[in-house]
Amino acid sequence: MAMNAVAVVSVSHLNKVYQSRERRVEAIGDLTFDVAAGDFTCIVGPSGAGKTTLLKCLSGLLAPTSGAILVNGHAVVGPPAEMAVVFQEYGRSLFPWKTVRENIELPLREKKIARTERARLVDEALEAVALTGVAGSYPWQLSGGMQQRVAIARAVAYQPKVMVLDEPFAAVDAQTRADLEDLMLRLWSELDLTVIFVTHDIDEAVYLGQRVLVLSSSPTRVLDDVPIDIAGPRSQATTRVEPRFAELRTRVYRGIQQAKASVHG
Amino acid sequence: MVRTTGKILHRLAIELVLPLALFGLLLAVSANSTNFYFPPLARVLERFDALWLGPRFVTDVLPSLGRLIAGYAIACLAGVVIGVPLGMFAALRRAAEPVLEFFRAIPPPALIPVLVMLAGFGDTMKVAVIVTGAIWPILLNTVEGVKGADSVLDETCRTYQIRGMSRLWNFVLPSASPQIVVGMRVGLSIGIILMVISEMFAATTGLGAAIIVFQRSFEIPEMWSGVLMLGLFGFALSVVFRLFERRALKWYYGMRDLERRS
Ligand SMILES: Nc1ncnc2c1ncn2[C@@H]1O[C@H](COP(=O)(O)OP(=O)(O)OP(=O)(O)O)[C@@H](O)[C@H]1O
Ligand SMILES: [Mg+2]
Repeated sequence: MAMNAVAVVSVSHLNKVYQSRERRVEAIGDLTFDVAAGDFTCIVGPSGAGKTTLLKCLSGLLAPTSGAILVNGHAVVGPPAEMAVVFQEYGRSLFPWKTVRENIELPLREKKIARTERARLVDEALEAVALTGVAGSYPWQLSGGMQQRVAIARAVAYQPKVMVLDEPFAAVDAQTRADLEDLMLRLWSELDLTVIFVTHDIDEAVYLGQRVLVLSSSPTRVLDDVPIDIAGPRSQATTRVEPRFAELRTRVYRGIQQAKASVHG
Repeated sequence: MVRTTGKILHRLAIELVLPLALFGLLLAVSANSTNFYFPPLARVLERFDALWLGPRFVTDVLPSLGRLIAGYAIACLAGVVIGVPLGMFAALRRAAEPVLEFFRAIPPPALIPVLVMLAGFGDTMKVAVIVTGAIWPILLNTVEGVKGADSVLDETCRTYQIRGMSRLWNFVLPSASPQIVVGMRVGLSIGIILMVISEMFAATTGLGAAIIVFQRSFEIPEMWSGVLMLGLFGFALSVVFRLFERRALKWYYGMRDLERRS
């Protein structure tokens, strides 16, 4: 599937150096990869590998030091309109002075979508993340998992071509996390979405992805590009015990170990 | 609903205990006072009733209130309008900082002679004095509040193409609002002080002018009643401000109370 499909995101020879007066950190060394339309790509790498830096460059929040990023064929110079980002700090990415509904609606108002259509999109998005009851609540009245679902609903209602998520479930409990993973899979299969999902959790990457990119520690390169050829729909109960899952998991795990070792060696 | 009303009454009862006790104590202690400068509280109250609940409410309290509201409103508006761009752009802030520090260091009463020269003894001068004092806490807190906006929310705005005026209304101002309100609260008390000082300096009407006139003509109970009126004036305004604050920052107090409880 990834072979013949069009690249929606294309990264070539991306390099990012954080330069301050005292320090020079080469966060990303030389990254090149494509993401095909409709793909679910997971990106794993050790802590400090530059995953967040990569996503910020992808989403136009940070300018690369060198190299090119294309989204939908256009060079990224600022945040692309067809991309939605879900941040790891879900609590801080929702406007606390706005209700859940207003939070989801604001980007739609910016897109000049008419009122009735906005209301419909918000309702659908809330339904998709099973949060219809809390439209009038403030984000801080909700649990962490619910807040992250609101952030996802906001991204869904925005109808992006590409959804980018940075360790979105790192801070929620295991059960909520499993639910949110399945929610992501369902949204991805129901909506016409390309997903780029950063995580440091190998199981999560293999469970969710159609493909897993393993990054080295910084200065970052692509260490391994693993197609996840697990047939059929994923399920928390069965997928994780399949032999193929274990094989893939081991391959990714070895890659990460290698990445870590290269730091110390 | 019933429960919250009950809670408010309960709190009110607790808050009233000390003022009432002090009031009773003062009333009793001063009852037989023969000291010219400290007349019995009962006499002060009698004058209070005759003066401030009578014609002087219109001739003195309302003009004072009018000047305060005008000066305070201008200070709030100007403080926020100037503070927001300063908070948003570091270069602008750096350029403006020395000038701001200088003007802030001048005690506003020192400007009264200057302002009298420029604007005469009328209301314009008094309003201007109030503005020059009350604007600083509002302006500086606005700058701090805008500067302290959350970076994740900022990135959220950028990725969802929320820009310009919409960004200002939906992100910058609300996120700075708790701090702006802190500045406004400080600005209000400074405004009241300057209202009184400017009226004492040069006025024929207003609370400050009335107190000075009574003092000069040795009408001591009347003078004290003016002081009492001023106290109540300030208290009433702070109650009104608290109501406004609770309403405008409902989300903020809700969030804070929740954090405290957990
Ligand atoms: N604003 C910055 N200025 C300077 N250095 C930075 C900045 N942001 C990140 N870095 C450095 O760049 C490197 C990569 O950071 P980044 O946050 O992208 O890693 P990450 O893979 O997301 O890590 P984690 O898994 O812990 O989230 C780290 O060495 C980090 O210290
Ligand atoms: Mg990160």
